[in-house]
Amino acid sequence: MHHALHIKNGIVIDPKNGVKAEKMDIFVKDGKIVEESEVKGEDVKVIDASNKLVVAGGVDMHAHIAGSKINTGRTMRPEEMRVVRNIANKFRAAVGRVLLTSPAIGYEYAKMGYTSSFEAAQPPIGAMHTHEELDAIPMIDKAALPVFGNWHFVFKYVEAKDIEKLKTFIAWALERTKGFGVKVVNPGGVEAWMYGGNVTSLDDQVPGFNVTPREIITSLIKAVEELKLNHSVHLHCNRLGVPGNYETTIETIKLAGGFSNDARQVLHVTHVQFNAYAGDSWRTVSSGAEEIAKTMNSMDNVTIDMGQPIFGHATAMTGDAPFQFTLHKLTGARWSNKDSEVEGGAGIVPLVYLPKNPVHALQWAIGLELGLLIDSDKVVLTTDYPNGGPFTEYPYVMAMLMSKKMREGELEKVSPFVQKATNLPAIDTEKTLEEIIHMTRSLPARILGLPQKGHLGVGADADIAIYDLNPLEIDTSNDFEKVYKAFKTAEYTIKSGRILAKNGELVDECWGKTYWVDATGRVDMEAIKPDLEDYFKYYSVELQNYGVEEEWLKKPERIVI
Amino acid sequence: MAEENIICTFCGSVCDDGQFDTEKFKSKRLCKLGSSKFSKKERIKAPMIDGKEVSYEEAIEKAAEILVNAKKPLLYGWASTVNEAIRLGVLLTEKVRGVYDQCASVCHAPGTLAVIEEGLPGGSLGAIKNRADVVVFWGANPMEAHPRHGMRYSISAKGLLIKDRKQRKVIVVDVRPTKTAKLADEFIQIKPGYDYPIISALRAIISGNADAVPDEVGGVSKEKLIELAETMKNAKYGAILYGLGVTQSRGRDRNIENAVKLIQLLNRHTRWVIWPMRGHYNVVGAGEVPAWEVGYQYAIDFSRGYPRFSPAEFSAVEVLKRKDCDAALVIASDPAAHFPKAAVKHLKNIPVIQIDPFPNMTTLVANVVIPSAVAGLEAEGTAYRMDGIPLRVKKIVETSYWSDEQILEKLFEKVEELKR
Repeated sequence: MHHALHIKNGIVIDPKNGVKAEKMDIFVKDGKIVEESEVKGEDVKVIDASNKLVVAGGVDMHAHIAGSKINTGRTMRPEEMRVVRNIANKFRAAVGRVLLTSPAIGYEYAKMGYTSSFEAAQPPIGAMHTHEELDAIPMIDKAALPVFGNWHFVFKYVEAKDIEKLKTFIAWALERTKGFGVKVVNPGGVEAWMYGGNVTSLDDQVPGFNVTPREIITSLIKAVEELKLNHSVHLHCNRLGVPGNYETTIETIKLAGGFSNDARQVLHVTHVQFNAYAGDSWRTVSSGAEEIAKTMNSMDNVTIDMGQPIFGHATAMTGDAPFQFTLHKLTGARWSNKDSEVEGGAGIVPLVYLPKNPVHALQWAIGLELGLLIDSDKVVLTTDYPNGGPFTEYPYVMAMLMSKKMREGELEKVSPFVQKATNLPAIDTEKTLEEIIHMTRSLPARILGLPQKGHLGVGADADIAIYDLNPLEIDTSNDFEKVYKAFKTAEYTIKSGRILAKNGELVDECWGKTYWVDATGRVDMEAIKPDLEDYFKYYSVELQNYGVEEEWLKKPERIVI
Repeated sequence: MAEENIICTFCGSVCDDGQFDTEKFKSKRLCKLGSSKFSKKERIKAPMIDGKEVSYEEAIEKAAEILVNAKKPLLYGWASTVNEAIRLGVLLTEKVRGVYDQCASVCHAPGTLAVIEEGLPGGSLGAIKNRADVVVFWGANPMEAHPRHGMRYSISAKGLLIKDRKQRKVIVVDVRPTKTAKLADEFIQIKPGYDYPIISALRAIISGNADAVPDEVGGVSKEKLIELAETMKNAKYGAILYGLGVTQSRGRDRNIENAVKLIQLLNRHTRWVIWPMRGHYNVVGAGEVPAWEVGYQYAIDFSRGYPRFSPAEFSAVEVLKRKDCDAALVIASDPAAHFPKAAVKHLKNIPVIQIDPFPNMTTLVANVVIPSAVAGLEAEGTAYRMDGIPLRVKKIVETSYWSDEQILEKLFEKVEELKR
């Protein structure tokens, strides 16, 4: 096997390093991008990328790819597993329509030129299960974000205004779960669900605790910023899926106002499409995207991702258990729920987005509005897989953001409701190819705090995608079909310097790293020991048996801060 | 230090507060079932081919030959081993294009079918211990099958909101007075096979259609049913924990489906969850692992090179009864003792490989016997408690037995070699 590569004559777009569609060569050695001089005298494999687009491997910063939620989804939906993607040969059998098996997840990302994906909601006590599934996904690098926003320890430290202990607890929890950062899902609302309720504003009191969602969010931001974690607080807002929720979303975004960080945002608000509804019922619902975009564009320390719905099948699965029950009542579909010790909960409901359904069409339009109206340096392309649909349709979203003509064609196929309830038809913005590459590579890498990802500078991980698209010639406004097709199947996907896929065919299998963040050196771990010992009486497992050891994982990569 | 903390690998409760004295070879705190597993027991002495003792390597080589030469081998069991071994088992079945099935197909699989129909609105055992003021055991008898379940999670367990046994109402619904019924605040005896109509009656009453309910359903008076429905509606957080009495009696998966619909309805009034009382310590893992690797929990056929799920065709009993497998690997299970006669008959006629720490009826029909280490005592690995909570079971004593994981790893290697 060659351990050096020379990618020749490609047209490189590398936003982080200011490379705007320039013809240049990329050199790879030992899994890293290197200077040309480094590969002299090596056994170099040359890849001719003439007239092709060369970019960093895609980074999916928010997807549900591993753990008890997606696995319950698979169990509940055998009809999802009946699409055969690969028959067992040199590679594993791979099946799935939108919900995919673990091998299929890795294979599909690789075929599309994506090389990293982050599991966006790890139930802390189920951490080992999440890691077992991450370890079963080939091809990509990965990590998991444990969920904090309804954890009793968090409520207690926020209630006591004890940021030091909150920091210590976060460090403890990340170490125990081998987690990457702090995910927050409907803070306080899931605890209210344990009593059959939910929260309706940032200032509702959480049952049993003298805290509000506002206090939980701001305390967690403060703690994460003082700890200087790679990634900021990653927030799924309160009131998801409720008409009128865009106001709460704007109020929440503004909570970041008092904080700053030179390297990145201090708050990432996720799948905002689901939190961008105006109106006061499903009859009067309309888009709140423009207002959210105004707020976003006026702030420089908040980022979001889209949560773009894709017409067709999806499965809603979130830690937002009360929302999932609402969805079950709304659609009458199957419903799974999991209340988890004193940590929170989760729910799963099958879903299908229909173009002629006014609400679904509205959701689809809102996702695109957010992508178009918000600065490209603040919005990441996601479908919140599998909530909005498959990640394999990212190329559709990419093409749509770049072409008004494509949007016009698509608008004709959807419910006319979007014409009056959204501004999408009037938006002329067409993102550039460079912006789209940023929104799928360099931006998510920066938001996650991974300096070695999302770019092609010397020293970066050699995660590279080559697409059959010449940026110097392509007219992205008019040739959207070609754009879609090119991004759907990478001509080459290279991960850590190894060629994994070629023109949609898998050629090699590799096992990526699992990143986790160790902040225990920044805190006094003894400080919370008595609290842990005391409060673990409300757990059904012993404190000593809680958590995941590094040696149980396939390829852990500890990031010490 | 002779005392070690252990995690019990007997039943689905997976109690993680046990102690083990390695010098006296004796456990503390575990129940009768658990402590008997964690004690000196009769073991299979050495690997055997047709009753003759051989080395591990020889036995594994022979096993690999059997699997590779078979057109359609059945790989069955898995409920009493760790996820690492199960994963290799799934990959092995895919490689030899056989059938993967696990113990659930003869116990709790109807519950899985109900999940496919209606979902599983549930909670972890910790949620139940902390919050449940009403617990209904339906066709389940934990005092015999999961002896410490009540104390740790569900009957006398104290938690966040439930500080005292008196704050929790425990109801047992069963066809006969069980040991658990004796501990309950209320025992409702029903006629065998009447679970479905009784659940339907409760749904009718709760949704305001009590008029449609006759004076008596399945041996329970209408007054009693109305009282039970009221108790359910007035609970703050209720839990139905069901057992094989529901899944293996008339109605099977439809009983659970109906019960899930009852839970859906109750959640429109208050909070309720439902959960199966799973038997073996890692029968949950035996379903979860194949679900992420190949998409399904059990009864999976790989003869076309990709997984297909069809319980009526590909569950072990059906495959054996149809004589639709020409070899079998049985691990951590005893189908010869528990399967119907017609299924066992075919098992006797085909080459059988057994991997197990302990001799059982299946040992008698096995051509290749490979003894393994006891997980939780002599080998480590991940297991899922009945509520899906992962726990890492430990290795606390040395052994010369290979672990299931080691055996399967080697077997997988051999099979790959032979297929090349």
